[in-house]
Amino acid sequence: MKSLTKYREIWLAAAIALLVAAVAIRFPAFATPSRLLTVFNDYTILIILALGQMTVILTRSIDLSMAANLAFTGMVIAMTNAAYPAIPIPMLIIMAMAIGSLLGAFNGILVWKLDIPPIVVTLGTLTVFRGATFVVSGGAWVNADAMSAAFIQLQRGVFLGLPILSWFAIAAIAAFYLFLARTPLGRSIYAAGVNPTASVYAGIDVGRIKFVAFVISGMVSGLCGYLWVSRYVIASTEVANGYELQIVAACVIGGISIAGGIGSVAGAVLGALFLGVIGSALPVINVSPFWQLAISGAAIILAVVLNARGEKRQGRIILRQAEAA
Amino acid sequence: MTTTDVATNRRVPDRLDKPLTSALLSWEMLLVLVAVAIFVTNSLASPYFLNAWSLSDLTFNFVEKGLIALAMALLIISGEIDLSVAAIIALASTMMGMALQAGADTPVLVLIGLGVGLACGAFNGALVTRLGLPSIVVTIGTMSLFRGIAYIILGDQAYRGYPSSFAFFGQGYVWWVISLEIVLFAVMAVIFWFLLHRTSFGRTVFVIGNNPVAAAFSGVRVERVKFILFCLTGLMAGVASILLTSRLGSTRPSIAFGYELEVVTMVVLGGVAILGGSGSIIGVVLAALIMGLVTFGLGLLNVPGIVMSIFTGSLLIVVIALPILWRRFREARGG
Amino acid sequence: MHTTALQETSTFEAANSAPVLSLNGISKSFPGVRALNDVALSLYPGQVTALIGENGAGKSTLVKIMTGIYQPDAGEIVIGDDAVSLPTAHAAFGHGITAIHQETVLFDELSVAENIFLGHAPRNRFGLIDWKQMRANAREVLDTMGAGHIDAEARLRDLGIANKHLVAVARAMSIDARIVIMDEPTASLSAKEIEELFQLIEFLKSDGKAILFISHKFEEIYRIADRYTVFRDGEMVGEGRLAGTSQSEIVKLMVGRAVDHIFPKRTPDIGEPVLRIDGLSHPTEFDAISFELRRGEILGFYGLVGAGRSEVMQAIAGLTRTSAGTMRLEDAPLEPKSAADAIRSGIVYVPEERGRQGVVIGLPIFQNVSLPSLSRTSKSGILRLAEEFALARQYTERLDLRAASLSQDVGTLSGGNQQKVVIAKWLATRPRVIILDEPTKGIDIGSKAAVHGFMAELVAEGLSVIMVSSELPEIIGMSDRIAVMREGRMVEIFDNKDLHPETLVRAAAGIAA
Repeated sequence: MKSLTKYREIWLAAAIALLVAAVAIRFPAFATPSRLLTVFNDYTILIILALGQMTVILTRSIDLSMAANLAFTGMVIAMTNAAYPAIPIPMLIIMAMAIGSLLGAFNGILVWKLDIPPIVVTLGTLTVFRGATFVVSGGAWVNADAMSAAFIQLQRGVFLGLPILSWFAIAAIAAFYLFLARTPLGRSIYAAGVNPTASVYAGIDVGRIKFVAFVISGMVSGLCGYLWVSRYVIASTEVANGYELQIVAACVIGGISIAGGIGSVAGAVLGALFLGVIGSALPVINVSPFWQLAISGAAIILAVVLNARGEKRQGRIILRQAEAA
Repeated sequence: MTTTDVATNRRVPDRLDKPLTSALLSWEMLLVLVAVAIFVTNSLASPYFLNAWSLSDLTFNFVEKGLIALAMALLIISGEIDLSVAAIIALASTMMGMALQAGADTPVLVLIGLGVGLACGAFNGALVTRLGLPSIVVTIGTMSLFRGIAYIILGDQAYRGYPSSFAFFGQGYVWWVISLEIVLFAVMAVIFWFLLHRTSFGRTVFVIGNNPVAAAFSGVRVERVKFILFCLTGLMAGVASILLTSRLGSTRPSIAFGYELEVVTMVVLGGVAILGGSGSIIGVVLAALIMGLVTFGLGLLNVPGIVMSIFTGSLLIVVIALPILWRRFREARGG
Repeated sequence: MHTTALQETSTFEAANSAPVLSLNGISKSFPGVRALNDVALSLYPGQVTALIGENGAGKSTLVKIMTGIYQPDAGEIVIGDDAVSLPTAHAAFGHGITAIHQETVLFDELSVAENIFLGHAPRNRFGLIDWKQMRANAREVLDTMGAGHIDAEARLRDLGIANKHLVAVARAMSIDARIVIMDEPTASLSAKEIEELFQLIEFLKSDGKAILFISHKFEEIYRIADRYTVFRDGEMVGEGRLAGTSQSEIVKLMVGRAVDHIFPKRTPDIGEPVLRIDGLSHPTEFDAISFELRRGEILGFYGLVGAGRSEVMQAIAGLTRTSAGTMRLEDAPLEPKSAADAIRSGIVYVPEERGRQGVVIGLPIFQNVSLPSLSRTSKSGILRLAEEFALARQYTERLDLRAASLSQDVGTLSGGNQQKVVIAKWLATRPRVIILDEPTKGIDIGSKAAVHGFMAELVAEGLSVIMVSSELPEIIGMSDRIAVMREGRMVEIFDNKDLHPETLVRAAAGIAA
């Protein structure tokens, strides 16, 4: 039991490998390295978003507004690019992250200062952000014609044999790993989720930690706003509609406990890739893409059931104590 | 002196007369005021508002969601939540469509709608109570699963051609401008009010929401009550599915998309504590009415639906934040 | 080894040295309660000060003030020569104050090393946490303490309670704490583990730490502490050196009067057996429990905390399943599958954790009282409020409940009055057997007397009572017979005639007479 929970990531990796192998038996082309790199590249945005969502879930919260934040920020960035094509792309990226952080901070402040349950806050801001997307754009789309060439081309470029978009994912994975595993603030995020009471005794302000987590999830939502609109060359109110559930699904499948404090960067990435492999495999094996939603729903439920078994805490055992003494 | 003190102390009254101000400051009273204010604003803003048929049309805006909100209120008071209700509508509607293709008649369609709703609710309930899983994650999962099944069956197609006898549920009138939908809502509101506030089952719902452990120690069958509440919520989603499908006259897998949020907003706006333990059906009914008034009013002013959702979302946060800020303010003043 | 010499020196120094921490004139109030009133406390380097007091005396409030969780309303905290304020837990930490609580201050899912170094982990030159160094440091600290058997990389959750305590102590060592607060550290330890903990405390003493030791167990206090401070009802009522102070002097300070006369005198009228338990077993919690309860009897259950008494009672009350054994209630087999079953057959369990398992805070008094009797006060599932009020009135008045009205939220009552509501709730079901688990834990003296008086009335009326209690005066003052449990097994059942408290303590601790 212990080893199963300890190596949850390995189990998940094995499940993904099995899935790839199963598809490859019928369609060998699916398992080629270049094809698999494409899957990774295609799911860059989900990977990055899952990392942000994980940070929030670790603190016993949830951010359902990520997709709406993405849509809003993406729209603002696309409109900015359309209006001022001269603004360099790195500047736009910083701007996207700043806007995203601001929206995340709004969620965070409500959770921190007013103690409103995160699910309620983000259910509310989910509609507000998407509504705001409509308001700023007047319901209009921004498409390829309006975007500057640099805006569209940047992440399609290739660097050291990998698409730039993939490098965004790799950078995000590295950054989240360093942040969560190697910085005091990152460890505080885990501590606050594992045991809020003990965290207070250890001098950690749990409310502030939640705020930080929401700012981070907002920041990556903003970044992904830029990545999304420039990759799909479209910004509209409908962008990433309902995607918030995919993000949560990736986390739950990746073994991140909704009760907080348990989860790893590897888990979140593998959870996203699991969905990625399924999504990429469906067309290959000639199954309608309409299956994707039901499959991820079933995967969420299955993952929750398995996680709950792994997490079942042992009670105090009086008789065993007696034998040990 | 001492003896009279003891004597008066021993006579603990059943209840103290509430000061009038606290009755006036109740959440329900506030909702009535808000409803009246919006009603007046609507009548001033649009010349088409104050008209029997307009007011009748208005009811279609909230009845389907309101019916689910009645059951959802009980579920949230008990400390659980069901985010899959809109997906249940989609799945039930799809199943009715399939039955229609197979040549089913209206009574069969109704039975299928109710049956699918009940089954979905029971599935949620079993996962939460049998396996002890958190309802929010479970129902996020079933939300994808139920709607996903609808997509698998329908893809980008739609079912049409429901019989005219079926159309009566969502489009029929009982008398003059009184629709079947509003009558059904009124009847269900009374039933749910009675169930929550006047029966021992309703009492256990409050008890579980406040302290499930003490409830179990007191002989309340906590898991069974919660299971029943999930079934009830699924069943009401089934009812809503029949009404909505009948009103629209067609089924698409995207039917009722995003309803879960509006239902939860209604319940919370109605004064139900999102963490469970308190709430009233009257509040939920008033909240349903307010949301109907707002949506309809903005609709008359040609405000697009997506902009209305800004209002809904803000309302959800504001109604929860206000009591917290108010309490802080009073504490700060008192302390 | 020169430990003894070292200790003597440090004690010698301590006797002459100034306190490392002094609290002066500390007061703290919560709405409706004065938790601390003008209390003082001094801690000396290399000495253990025992903080003694009954539940509700204000000990935990003081600990929270010392660790920066609560802010005092008045008074000063002096560390060394400076008056300091401890606005946050972080500030207390910075002043070298650390607390080892019962089980709440550690992080189950994190590693041992991280539990020790959370908040002050070693960093590399890029400012990132240096895990390798952290593990090495953790091993070093654990080794110094003689706890080298603990794997620094293990997840805390996989450790036993005794080892978790060692980790908490290691954390205190790692921040170079000057003041270590131990809040009932032995509560769930075995005798052997307690011995190991005491060796550790000796080690901390020799290292010059000032230790505040909170415990209910006199033998431990006399074993380890140098000084004592006694709290009663939020006030400091005495302090001094433990050597030369007798146990009864301290008890007198704690309760403020002689203890024995608060128990009601009664002439037991004991009838035939009502409840027979035979070989009751649970896979992990208790084994082969057998006893009889007779009509009109109070059967006391004594044992250390965690001896499995509550678990046995919960099984009898239908709350947990058993693996073997039989139960009979007045010749009918008793097989409760839920609390509802047990209530129906006339057995009720008044739980130990009043706030979590007893009252439903948020609901009015009368709804709390009527809860297990709803089937009687309602008709075909429809509530009848008049009946509920009548029922609540009948039982709460008997218990002399003090409340503004029966519609008042039970959460607004004092602990003692909440307990009266809980007892009223169970009596209203008209049980034949009532099991009271620590019925007077954490309630004021007045309510305590009311509860005891009431128990005497109940048995006089022919009810049978099982009382689980860890308080010796209570168990001896109230029971007709006393069952002693240890580590999930029944040790012996004593007749309460000329029973010496020491006999019970020895039986409970497993020390040969």
